[in-house]
Amino acid sequence: MFRPRLIPVLLLQGDSLVKSIEFKKHNYIGDPINAVKIFNDLKADELVFLDINATAENRTITSEFVSKLSEETNMPFAVGGGIKSLDQIETLIKAGAEKIIINSAAVEDPNFVKKASEAFGTSTIVVCMDVKKKRFGGERVWLKNGSKASAHKPTEFAQLMEQNGAGEIIVQSISNDGKMEGYDISLVESISKAVSIPVVALGGASSYNDLKQVHKEGYASGLAAGSVFVYQSKLRGVLINYPSKEERFQLFENS
Amino acid sequence: MSEPIVIVDYGMGNLHSVKKRITKAGGTAVISSDPEIVLNAAKLVLPGVGHFGKAMENLEKYNLKEALNTAVLTKKTPILGICLGMQVMAKYSEEGNAEGLGWMDAEIKRFKIEDKLHFKVPHMGWNTTANQKESALFEGINEDPEFYFVHSFYLKANDDSIILNKTIYEKEFVSAVEKDNIFGVQYHPEKSHDVGNKLFENFIAL
Repeated sequence: MFRPRLIPVLLLQGDSLVKSIEFKKHNYIGDPINAVKIFNDLKADELVFLDINATAENRTITSEFVSKLSEETNMPFAVGGGIKSLDQIETLIKAGAEKIIINSAAVEDPNFVKKASEAFGTSTIVVCMDVKKKRFGGERVWLKNGSKASAHKPTEFAQLMEQNGAGEIIVQSISNDGKMEGYDISLVESISKAVSIPVVALGGASSYNDLKQVHKEGYASGLAAGSVFVYQSKLRGVLINYPSKEERFQLFENS
Repeated sequence: MSEPIVIVDYGMGNLHSVKKRITKAGGTAVISSDPEIVLNAAKLVLPGVGHFGKAMENLEKYNLKEALNTAVLTKKTPILGICLGMQVMAKYSEEGNAEGLGWMDAEIKRFKIEDKLHFKVPHMGWNTTANQKESALFEGINEDPEFYFVHSFYLKANDDSIILNKTIYEKEFVSAVEKDNIFGVQYHPEKSHDVGNKLFENFIAL
């Protein structure tokens, strides 16, 4: 049975693992490598690592960290943060990454995604688009860790990324981030209907049931979350958790 | 200590995770693009991520095609192809309209999906595989194990005897093959937790 992937998204700030609310108010979660070991033991489907300071500091997620990650994991993982050149991608792949997430650079230069997918293969290149409503006007794709709006409308941008060879798209709702009040399902649904590559939903989940819902109603094939997998409950006590294989199968039975 | 497994480097993707998994499974491995080393290897792994046409071009460019043919077809060196490394063992692929190594009577086709909302391409994620026959590669692995897949093209076998297991993604396709000393898997055992580890242990023990 094919089942959607459950993907913990782990945010790096310096050497620490943090969790944000609306891309702000970062709460310390713990040591990143320790978290990776736990998710590896829990046999997670896949992991995403984003270095949220990289773009502002004009660097990428470090190859030292990626190399450590690949030592510890026995599962697929994707890394992102500040990546804007083919050389950087090559360095990170050599360090052990097999999926590279492009965010701000894809918005600033959509053609970069094309060059990257031609050089490294479609399945290597993941585009993460951060979406928020502008104060006046509709939803747009934002860049630089959610600090700047672009002119791109989400569905049109997603289609452009597919044309340019992205292997999958992570759709992140900035307004829902960390709130634990559910995904922006209509946003995810609109993207799933606009492209034929896998769509990963991110932003707002509070429970495993939210993951199930965004699969069923938003047609996401990757179900990503931060808070759900690092907090025990909405009270936000830190507890790394992940459903067992049996729970995962049960969650998506008949869906 | 047994002789190292040679992981063939022909410029198609990340080989280090495969090497790491073989080491963790109790084997030793070296990464090489030297035809001499490939020719004399005790065992071979042919990984690969990317474009079929480019993979075949690179095998020519690195002078590896002849070495691989001799090692696998004449010397009967055991080989495990992973993902694109399995696909190049077929006769032909729609990807790049290119001829493969032709070790198996099979062709590589693009997924033609009808329900595009539920079945996105690439087929990316965890899926169960149904074993079609017994194999040393699956020794000690539960029935219908779950593996991690990433691919847009699949193998269609013209010779049913090579089919090792099948997987359903809207429709059924061949997810592993075996013919004499030649093994190929569409999924990524190096990314598939314990079951992938077991598969490498079995390949090492062959």
